[in-house]
Amino acid sequence: MSDETQAAQLSPLAHQFDDLAQQNEADDLGMWLFLCTELMFFGGLFLAYTIYRTRDEATFAAASRELELLWGTVNTAVLLTSSLTMALAVHAAETRHRQKLIVFLFVTMLLGCAFVSIKFMEYYHKYLHGLMPLLGLPFKWDGTSPGHAEMFFDLYFVMTGVHALHMLIGLGIMLVLLVQATRGRLLGGFSGPVRVTGLYWHFVDLVWVFLFPLLYLIGAR
Amino acid sequence: MSHKRSDISIYVTVYVVLLVLLALTVEAARHDLGHWNFAVTMAIAGAKAVCIGLFFMHLRTSTPLVKLVVTASLLWIAILFSLSLADYWTRDWDSLVGGSRDVSRSDAAQ
Repeated sequence: MSDETQAAQLSPLAHQFDDLAQQNEADDLGMWLFLCTELMFFGGLFLAYTIYRTRDEATFAAASRELELLWGTVNTAVLLTSSLTMALAVHAAETRHRQKLIVFLFVTMLLGCAFVSIKFMEYYHKYLHGLMPLLGLPFKWDGTSPGHAEMFFDLYFVMTGVHALHMLIGLGIMLVLLVQATRGRLLGGFSGPVRVTGLYWHFVDLVWVFLFPLLYLIGAR
Repeated sequence: MSHKRSDISIYVTVYVVLLVLLALTVEAARHDLGHWNFAVTMAIAGAKAVCIGLFFMHLRTSTPLVKLVVTASLLWIAILFSLSLADYWTRDWDSLVGGSRDVSRSDAAQ
């Protein structure tokens, strides 16, 4: 018996739920609760950023101008596009379009990989310019208040690094979904995993929506 | 399923709106608006977040329980920021840690 027919014969409903609607609600609620803990996690970083920025706004603005606005903008567009394709993948799974689900999941993963690649390329450029105050690397800053400038780059690397880690985890989950989708699973009543992964991916997008202006746009150019 | 299927056209419309907002926020950063730069850029980020939350994450049609969870977590973030910043902005922490506002690493280039 192939995986496809086996999957079709199994019920999508786990025995502890009355019906599929209740199961879907529980799936969504569970994911949202997890996302709230994520919000608290990133909230602490945003708070640290706010405290240090308000101590010396001019230095933070000068440090922000060292980031490449073009690549930040491109990456924002890439991530917003991946959110669209993820939403379309969820829609395809729920409406039982297997081929579309595979295509949209794959495109979402490609865009996610593009985002992380661009991010790491930016890291490498910061490293070349002596603006990567990690692991004891030297930090070169010609302007005033090198300590505050260093704090900006500390926050930049921690916040974007943790964000990139979330992207990599999301890509790993999507790889599993992609394999399952090629085996004819995750359609119709079985689409719960795609839907909650979508929520996770959109949340990662949301975090970037705030990281981008706070890191790239605070210094008028 | 408690929420209705959103149309693909809604997703595409939201996506176009998000790209327009991105263009707006980058354009705004090219002009020196003083303190308004920050206000404008955060307002646009907030608008993008609302679009993503309501439409991509289906908060518009989600159950009251999910809406409650989201509202509660935003409230907690507000508490985190307001209590912490009330402390940092009203007390002179800098004078307590030696009077230096710029605590540099020893090897930082001066």
